[in-house]
Amino acid sequence: MSKYTLHVNGKTQAVDVEPDTPLLWALRDTLGLVGTKYGCGLGQCGACTVHIDGAPARSCLTPVSGVGKQKITTIEGLDPKGRHPLQQAWQELDVPQCGYCQAGQIMSACALLKQHPKPSDAQIDAAMAGNLCRCATYTRIRAGIHRAAEIASTGKGKR
Amino acid sequence: MSQAPLSPSRRRFLQGSAFLLAMSAEGVLAASTGAAAGSADFVPNAFIRIARDGRVTLVSKQPEIGQGIKTSLPMVIAEELDVDWRQVSVVQGDLNPAYGSQGAGGSTSTPTNYEDFRKLGATVRAMLVQAASQAWGVPAAECRTEAGSVLHAASRRKLGYGALAQAAAKLPVPAADQVALKDPSQFKLLGTRIGGVDNAAIVTGKPLFGIDVQLPGMLYAVYVKCPVFGGKVVSANLDAVRALPGVKDAFVIEGTGNLNGLCPGVAIVASSTWNALRARRELQVEWDEGEGRDHSWAGFTAQARAAARQPGETVLRRDGDVAKALAGAAKTVEAAYSYPFISHASMEPQNCTAWFKPDGSLELWAPTQNPAAGQALVSSTLGIAKEKISLHIIRSGGGFGRRLSSDFILEAAAIAQKTQAPVKLTWTREDDLQHDHFRPGGFHFLRGGVDARGRAIAWHNHFVTFANRVERDGKSVLQPGSGGALSGDEFPGRWIENCHLERTPIECRVPMGPWRAPGSCVFAWVFHSFIDELAHAGGRDPLEFRLELLGDKDVVPGTGERAQPYSVARMRKVLLTAAEKAGWGKKTFPRGQGQGIAFHFSHRGYVAQVAEVTVSRDGKLKVDKVVVATDIGAQIVNLSGAENQVEGSVVDGLSTLMFPELNIEKGRVVQSNFHEYQLLRMPDTPAKIEIHFVKTEYPVTGLGEPALPPLAPAVCNAIFAATGKRVRELPLSKTDLSWS
Repeated sequence: MSKYTLHVNGKTQAVDVEPDTPLLWALRDTLGLVGTKYGCGLGQCGACTVHIDGAPARSCLTPVSGVGKQKITTIEGLDPKGRHPLQQAWQELDVPQCGYCQAGQIMSACALLKQHPKPSDAQIDAAMAGNLCRCATYTRIRAGIHRAAEIASTGKGKR
Repeated sequence: MSQAPLSPSRRRFLQGSAFLLAMSAEGVLAASTGAAAGSADFVPNAFIRIARDGRVTLVSKQPEIGQGIKTSLPMVIAEELDVDWRQVSVVQGDLNPAYGSQGAGGSTSTPTNYEDFRKLGATVRAMLVQAASQAWGVPAAECRTEAGSVLHAASRRKLGYGALAQAAAKLPVPAADQVALKDPSQFKLLGTRIGGVDNAAIVTGKPLFGIDVQLPGMLYAVYVKCPVFGGKVVSANLDAVRALPGVKDAFVIEGTGNLNGLCPGVAIVASSTWNALRARRELQVEWDEGEGRDHSWAGFTAQARAAARQPGETVLRRDGDVAKALAGAAKTVEAAYSYPFISHASMEPQNCTAWFKPDGSLELWAPTQNPAAGQALVSSTLGIAKEKISLHIIRSGGGFGRRLSSDFILEAAAIAQKTQAPVKLTWTREDDLQHDHFRPGGFHFLRGGVDARGRAIAWHNHFVTFANRVERDGKSVLQPGSGGALSGDEFPGRWIENCHLERTPIECRVPMGPWRAPGSCVFAWVFHSFIDELAHAGGRDPLEFRLELLGDKDVVPGTGERAQPYSVARMRKVLLTAAEKAGWGKKTFPRGQGQGIAFHFSHRGYVAQVAEVTVSRDGKLKVDKVVVATDIGAQIVNLSGAENQVEGSVVDGLSTLMFPELNIEKGRVVQSNFHEYQLLRMPDTPAKIEIHFVKTEYPVTGLGEPALPPLAPAVCNAIFAATGKRVRELPLSKTDLSWS
């Protein structure tokens, strides 16, 4: 076991874990931040997506020992009030079914919107292809991203 | 609770556990009529609590697995109770006999509970009206309700339900049959789009799922089973594993002989999930692989072909004279269809948290679809009295029928018995894919014939299915897997005058279980594809051929004890609706594009679909549009939830058609994770899914399953129309769709 200092959602957190511990499990088991999900452990499903210095990363493939001073953002830290345009759009359009994949979907979508504030369907397909949804809410995820882009650009989301 | 000093991680655990304790305390609302938090609350039954401030708390008794039942059934209560949905909180109920049956499967939650829940709401509304009328000294008939208040128009008085709570609590509960229900034309909530009650928690990453459970002092376990189904542990390097970082214990569990029950394996219990997974990599087990070690899909396929050359073991239906009809047919078609075993692959892998306490009681936190079955299986297998087993129903990250099985609950309980702490058992994705209770594979050997007018006159199917050997009434019998039986009444059996259906089981050790629309999910593909083959052989339009096949009787009765009548009238209506909305027969398509049509009746729902596809010259499929017409009775409960279920079923149907391949070699599943076992992703989602709900005056029923079966045949029929290529084997990747 080794001690690491992680920067998570704007706070400094100390964890004492094996160096090869994936960030996913340090977040979930050690820090109690269970919004980031385990789906495959192989980087194939996207449920574990977090942001590392603003870029999307599969936390199941990121060893804690490699993170260093980089800033980690999880779904819990996406917005202090939970009112990010994506979070608003997801509720407005009733996107989730079981909901298990949705934190990862939102984190990937957030990264997409930073690159392309008004993404086309083709850009959405490319950016979101790494996030599986077994309930198959893909049509709503796509609509949610378009709606979030609208909310963000007009600032017309509900308070 | 222990008095250990609060380290930061322990504090975090308690925050999490406070959430869970809150969930479970609210879950037993039922037990506390009057003694609940706030004795001024009105708690007339196990499901409803009205507080003095007017806030309404409703208990959802059914497991929520993504089908939306935690939102839709409380909406039914809220509608008849006549409250503003914004005043309502919903809490998940635990397993509790006060709630009645709590299994969520077969799309039964809505049809089983709809009318009862209406009565629950209406009964309490009547009591509130009674309380107001007494307070005002006016006849109850002069009062009405609106959005959580009782009003008396003549005297312009109004009292909120909260203000009436205390008085209403003193009144006797009227009999359910004495209470007036709303006329559906007056519904304000039902049929509108309401967002899921847990959506805010989902999008902000709150603890919600079984895998998120956290308890003080909790340990983490993995359970390693033989890759060959039912294999036993001969020896394992337990001492070496126990010495690894964070490992608390490692031990063998013998299990029972039941493939669907507690399988033998090695448990590793550790201080964190990762420490358990790390230790697992060092685990070495010598297995006695048992009978199944030489089984393979290739072997099964050869067995099926051999079986098809003989008469079937069981005759499911024999009408008319199929041999004669085929001999005299103008055109005959012969085809072999097959599909593999597949896993459920819910995004949340199987898991369960269990705490076996010093007093011999067991507390479970389970993402389950059938909590009572889980409790019963644990009780009978481990010899713990049911009264000593409590079960908290936790939200599931997908069910699809997988969580109707209770093997993972049983494993967690067995591990907990040997662990002096709460323990969370988590299955890896590899465990989840390779130790599923699989959708059975199957082989259909079909021959059909049409007459000179192109009318279907003969249908012969030798269905080869998979079965496990089980003990029943002291005898050893072969039991087909869930959905693997095939009823003799299945469409089109009852409709074709010369029909011979026979079935032969292949014995296997593969554990099987219900997979979304069991049986139907594959039979609809086989039969509606073959019906299409017959239509084309007869030179007929596929829609007209199907309308003729359905015939002109409104209802076709079922056969035998479990006879299920088939409403041709309802099916004709959805079929014509889908065809009309899709412009069937009105569009011309270039080569490489086309439409296909199919319908299916399952789980009380009638659904027809038209798919429109483009197949590129090199054989890549794109589903451009799916038009769905659905008849699930007189009322849609939550319109948003219903649309979500239809969209999800269509895309799930497409995913299952296109991708998942599961091979068995040397008795074990070959595919281990999503890089090998593929599911549909965003780029392959149909561009447009158009949904039409056809309302008919029939009982309200559910939508978890019925919209799935017609998708695969509609798409495959469209592929044929576009390319002339017929798909007879799943997944789609096994057929070359390229054309020139």
